[in-house]
Amino acid sequence: MVYSPSALRWLSMLFDTVFFYVLAAQILGSAIMTITRRNVVHAAVWLISTLIGVAGIFLLSAAEFLAGVQVIVYIGGIMVLFLFVIMLVPVQEESTERRFANQKWLALGAIAMVSAMLMVVVTRGVGSMDLPARAEPAPLGALTENSEKVGLTLFSDYLLPFELASVLLLVAIIGAIVMSKTRNTETES
Amino acid sequence: MEITTSHYVVLSTLLLVIGSVGILTRRNILVLLMSVELILNAVNINLVAFSAAHQQVEGQVFAIFVITVAAAEAAVGLGILIALFRNKHTVHADEIDLLRW
Repeated sequence: MVYSPSALRWLSMLFDTVFFYVLAAQILGSAIMTITRRNVVHAAVWLISTLIGVAGIFLLSAAEFLAGVQVIVYIGGIMVLFLFVIMLVPVQEESTERRFANQKWLALGAIAMVSAMLMVVVTRGVGSMDLPARAEPAPLGALTENSEKVGLTLFSDYLLPFELASVLLLVAIIGAIVMSKTRNTETES
Repeated sequence: MEITTSHYVVLSTLLLVIGSVGILTRRNILVLLMSVELILNAVNINLVAFSAAHQQVEGQVFAIFVITVAAAEAAVGLGILIALFRNKHTVHADEIDLLRW
């Protein structure tokens, strides 16, 4: 069974639309659950759901390598680190205490103003963000060999920032060890 | 019907607002750090959407740098949290007021 190119393009656009709205609903719903759950473990699990949705958005935007990095680094690394720390600090009594800080109404008012400002910017810029190149959907496979392209750019044009990122990670490792190291004299050998 | 860059920008704006609400209203420092991750993910969605719109790969490279910074920030932040909990025995941001007068 052979489809015409226009039918294929229409199908791919339909899939893009459906997946985008499903993923957007998952991301936003899980994000709201993340910041409202009482139990920190539940918040972490909802955050994992958000991160998976963002990885799906990356796949939809033809950024396959970044989707893999998102799953491996964020979910496999950062979230495991979060869960380890949650196990280290007691969270049981959290369920009986206040969730929100005293300044919550002031904070919500400030955020309402900032988001109104952002919405003005976004709604005014809706037309200008869609470039002419995007008006025609990119041909299928225009961003192929994503990993090769990302790697080539990373190791040619952005070599210095890449090396600086490794220095940053080294500093972060040393800082985390120094700060979480116990200072008790009896445990120091 | 078609998904344009504006859709991605609106999605990332909403995610940024949700993350800001989490940072400013919650008391638990762990949830504060998770909200920072939400905001950094909103930035990444923007970078990748514009990278796809321009058919250029630089945006994805910068998103990798953002993920690197997020990893470093999480490691240092959680280290600070453990040190704070050892000294103050609390994970609530509004009970840590050593610098307040």
